[in-house]
Order: sequence, then C-alpha cells, then structure tokens
Amino acid sequence: MQPKLTLLSDEVLPRIVDEAYQLMLKPGIKVQNAEARQLLAEAGAQVDEETFVVRIPEQIVKTALSTVPQKFHLYDYNGDPKVEYGGDMVQFDPGSSGVTILDPDTFEHKTTETHDLVKLIKVAEQIPQYDAQSTAVVCDDVPKDIHDLYRLYLVMLYSKKPIVTGAFTNTTVHHMIEMLAIFSGGLDNLREKPRAIFDVCPSPPLIWSNFGAGNLMTLARAGVPAEIVSMPLAGAAAPVTLLGAVTQHAAECLSGITIHQLAKPGSPIVWGGAPAIFDMRKGGTPMGAVETAMIDSSYAQVGKSLGLPTHAYLGTTESKVLDMQAGLESGMGALIGALSGINMISGSGMLDSLLCQSPEKLVIDAEGIAMAKRMLGGMMVHTETLATGFYDQNINFKGGDFLKQKITMQLFRKEQYLPTNIIDRDSIRGWKQSGGLDTFGRAKVRVKELLASYTKPELDPAKVNELHSFVLDLARKAGMDKLPEHDLSPQTA
Amino acid sequence: MSEELYKQMAQSIIEGEKETAIELAQKSIELNMHPLDTITKGFVVGVNYIGDQFGKGEAFLPELVMAGEAMKAAVAVLEPELLKLGEAREMMGRVVLATVEGDIHEIGKTLVGTMLSASGFEVVDLGVDQPAEKIIGKALEIDAQLIGMSALLTTTMVRQREVIEELDKEGLRPRIKVMVGGAPITKDWADKIKADGTSEDAVGAVQLAKKLVGKE
Repeated sequence: MQPKLTLLSDEVLPRIVDEAYQLMLKPGIKVQNAEARQLLAEAGAQVDEETFVVRIPEQIVKTALSTVPQKFHLYDYNGDPKVEYGGDMVQFDPGSSGVTILDPDTFEHKTTETHDLVKLIKVAEQIPQYDAQSTAVVCDDVPKDIHDLYRLYLVMLYSKKPIVTGAFTNTTVHHMIEMLAIFSGGLDNLREKPRAIFDVCPSPPLIWSNFGAGNLMTLARAGVPAEIVSMPLAGAAAPVTLLGAVTQHAAECLSGITIHQLAKPGSPIVWGGAPAIFDMRKGGTPMGAVETAMIDSSYAQVGKSLGLPTHAYLGTTESKVLDMQAGLESGMGALIGALSGINMISGSGMLDSLLCQSPEKLVIDAEGIAMAKRMLGGMMVHTETLATGFYDQNINFKGGDFLKQKITMQLFRKEQYLPTNIIDRDSIRGWKQSGGLDTFGRAKVRVKELLASYTKPELDPAKVNELHSFVLDLARKAGMDKLPEHDLSPQTA
Repeated sequence: MSEELYKQMAQSIIEGEKETAIELAQKSIELNMHPLDTITKGFVVGVNYIGDQFGKGEAFLPELVMAGEAMKAAVAVLEPELLKLGEAREMMGRVVLATVEGDIHEIGKTLVGTMLSASGFEVVDLGVDQPAEKIIGKALEIDAQLIGMSALLTTTMVRQREVIEELDKEGLRPRIKVMVGGAPITKDWADKIKADGTSEDAVGAVQLAKKLVGKE
C-alpha cells in the first residue's frame, strides 16, 4: 500500500475547485496573447480587448478537462517508456534554470557555462534516482538568443534519459521541437513517443503572458507534452493564505489547460507548479519552506481529483552551501512530494532558491529521494506469518540467529534501501580510517567517481550531425560562429 | 497638544492605518499646525521607526508596505497645504523606477517605490516591461537624478546594462545615477555593468538613493 499524504479535507477540496471557477469569471484571467484570446472567444468566453481580461465560463473549462489525457509517457533515446505521468507514480528530475554552479572548493556560486551543464548531465545520467534529465542551467558562453535550445542540445548529446525542459520565447520553442524531432525521426514519431516535456509558466496573479500562452498552443499543436508551472507567491502575488494560493494555482492551471486544449484537444498537459510562500523578511521565495511544500501537496491533491498528471518543485533549499539547512529542507521536501504522489518532482541539486546547481548536491539528494521512495514502498507483507515463522528450531535466543536464515539473505534488499557511501553508518574508527569526511566531502568524492565512470551514449552519428548543423545554424544567426568546445570523453568534467 | 498628535501620527504609520493617518493629517490642518512639522515631527518618525525595525528583522514586509502606503496618503493630504504656503517638503530627489524590458516582475520594485516616496523622494514608477528609451525618456522629462531598474530574470538582467550603456552614450551620467535590483542582481553584477549601486532590500535602497543624491 503506497502511503499517502492528503492535506485537504473532503469538505475543502471542492470549495477550492469551485472558487477557482469563480476566479476565472471574476476577476477573470488576463490573456496577453491575441490568438489565445481569439480561441477563448470562439469557445464562448467573454473577452475585453482593451484590458485583455477574459472571463472563462465553467463549461469551456470542463470541456477542456474532458479531453486531457489522464496518463502519458516520456521516452528515452531508444524509444522506451521511462517516465509515467498520471496516477500516483512518483519520479524525480534535477531542478532547472539555474544560472550558477557551486564551486565545491571555494563555495563560490559561479556563472554557469557549457562545461558545467555537461558535468551536471554526466552525474545525473548515472544516478538511478533521476528518472529524467533536466536542462539544469543556462550556459553563459553562448548568445542569449539560443540559451534555451542550447541547453537541450547538450542534454541530447550527453544523455539518453527523458528530458524536462522549457523554451524562453515563442520562436525557440519551435526550434526545440524540431531538434527533438531530429532524434525521434520526425514530428509524428516525436508526438507518438515524446522524449521531452516543456515547462510553461503563467504569471501570478492570473496572467497568461503572450509567451506563456503562445508556448501552450505551439506545444499542444505539436503534441509535445506541456507542464504548467504555476507559481503563486502566497502573500505577495497570491493570497497570503495557503488555501488561497492553492485556489489561485487551480485557476491559473485550469485556464492554461483550456487554452492548450482549445488549440489541440487531447494533447498531453501536466498540472504542475513552483509556488512558494513569500518571505516577509527578505522578499524571497523560500522553496524549502514547509508551507511551500504544503501548497504543492495540496494543489497536487486538487489536480488528482480532476484526474490530471502532476508536477511540483520540491526537494530544494535556500541555503547557499551544502549544509544542514540544505539537507533538511531538501529531504523534507522530497518526502512530502513523494507522499503526495506527485508524478514529477523537480528541484534536486539546487541551492539558493533555484538559482544555483550543484553536482555534489545531486548525489546527496539522490539518497533523500531513495529514502522517500523506500517510504512509498510502505510496510510490505513478504511472508505468510509476520514473525512466528522466523522462530524455528535453530533459534538459540542469540543475536545473530536471523543473520543465518536464508530468508534474511533473500529479503534484506527488498526491506532495506542500501545507501551509497554518501550516507555514513560506519563506526567512529572506520569513519576516521576512511578519511573522516562529512557528507559534503563524501559527495565530492562521489562526483569525481561518477565523472570518471561516465561513458558517452551511443547515438546515431547521422542524427548527431544533423542536430549539430541545426544548432550551429541558429548559433550563427545569433552571432556566434562556432559552438563552445565540449568533449564527449568520459574523463573530463 | 501637538506632541500628543505627533505621537499618534507616528503610531498611525507604524500600525499601517491609512485612514487614521489621513484623519490626523486633516486634523492638523484644522488646528493650523504647520504641514512641514506634521510631516517631519509626526509621520516621518513612524516611517523611520518601521524602517529601523525592519532592518533589525523585527518588522516584516507587510508592515513596511502598509506604513509606506499610510505615509503616502498622509502626505497627499498635506501637500496642497504646503503649496498654499508657498513651501515644499524638502524633496530628496526625483526617481524613475521600472522593471526592464521582457520582465514583468514588480513586487520588489513597487516596494522600493513605496519606501522611496515615503522617505521624501518624488517617484515615477513606469511599471513593468519597459524599454531603455522609455526609461531614459521619462528620466529626462522629469529631470530625474536617479533611475532604479529591476530585473528578476537572469534572462532579462542584461537589459539593465543596455540602459546604462545608452545613458553613457548620451552623456547623461553621472548626472543621472543608476540603481539596480532584483533577485539575481549581485554587487558584482552592479559593478560589472557600471551601475552606481544595488541593494538587497527596499530599506537599503532608500539609504542607497539618499547617498547617491548626496542627502545621506
């Protein structure tokens, strides 16, 4: 039995949905994309072309909800389904859109470049807890115009896993879809077996920008999955109450799904987000706050009640270094997300409110994820009797008796998650002998090992060439003659 | 009598009671109190107090915002009286605020605007998604000493540099000083793009603005 965390009572949940519908009528949703407004108007919504405010009646939204797929998959390079959106599947990917990387020796947050993203991909590729890669950081060594698609390019070269990504403009989303289609062997194949999902963000409160709505429509028409990342900030860009923020989230997602399904009914879309409470001291958005996780858990419950696949940003922290704050916030977030049955949980590896990525944190977070997943496994009944069958004639009332039982050998791997050496369970003597390292020190060692053991994925050279030419052409148009040097050899980081 | 009123004025700001602040401002006019005294001995004391408390971590953003709003409302009542007397509140300086082109985040910028006007600056807030020419045009139009630019996205922070470069090209600096802010903005970034300064929060932004206009 998968243990489940539900924060919303049967009484409150329908009130959230009901008030979300009310918000879509009053004050309405501000839709800054003309084509989206037109689609909504044709469907019967009331559009104010001066203010761009659209009042969306419940019926249009309900029709849209009836065509959203309840379940779909993301596929790896080989075309095998690896990520399942829908139901209570729980999967993780590294956080994305970071702009710095933690230097493990100086603790500096350095602006990220090509080699940093490559390093993050190599590490995440080998950690089974990451079901998908993400386009984890932007690379400052390429022109801004290709920032989004260049990240995807590197992930496609260095990974075979499914990809959680996102475009920064209405033009580049087309380029990125084309890039994916090169590897999939055409747009039809990409639609059939999508490798990537694109994050698309409404702007709180209750705004679909030209870019956000444009991306939704483009992705819907291409049949490439979209993931709504709604981010109400409770107390600033959303009501101060957690329930108010969850309700605003619902209105933003429901209106987004409506635009998306009007563009192409049946295209896959995810009920996701990156909400936060608003920190009243520093004005920040604490992604590691427990209230933030409570908003996530609750909106996921709302999404599930509507039969939708879910996503959230959890397992991350405001801390600037890999310290106890980073550990406890990331671990608690991952556990709350997992217990809420959220299909894709993004945020691993990230420090400093989603600004800074860290390969060392990726390997530590993987242990937290593994523990959360073990928790999800729940209390399993493996044997006919729960205990009595273990006490046979060989029991001598001594510790160690059970170590000699065959069933112990057979079952211990199922009952226990066996951590990597990131988790220290040694004696003080053994710990000292192996260097006396703390978690961070052990993570540094592990990252070096992973970078050394990385092997480049075997990709079709013709497709790689085609992808390279495509990206190089766009780079040239953006004013860069040659893409930054990066090598595919296993050793270099 | 007026001492007691001054205290109530300061208190109305501290508690963020806009209606009370307006009533007290009106009462001071009825009592023929000098509007400048009302502002400096009454309301400003409250703003300064809440700013100090915020700096110490004992007051929080909602209190700061409500205090700023109450202050603006009180000053709006008193300003016509000042004009009648042919006097003006000593203005700290004129500021143009904007969130840069391509960026629609404005929580922080609006807060800075509230605090600056509560502290005696004349603030023109252009809002979000503002191109360089609009920001510079408005600064010239109102003869601003300061431009404050906000960017929350790493993809839009580069726009801050464009505005500064444009100002330099037009030879408008150091006549116009530039403050930059936003979540991804660091001191290093501010130095790199040759801004005149940056601050972590709205209270710091007021101190910085005062310093930049030479009224520290």
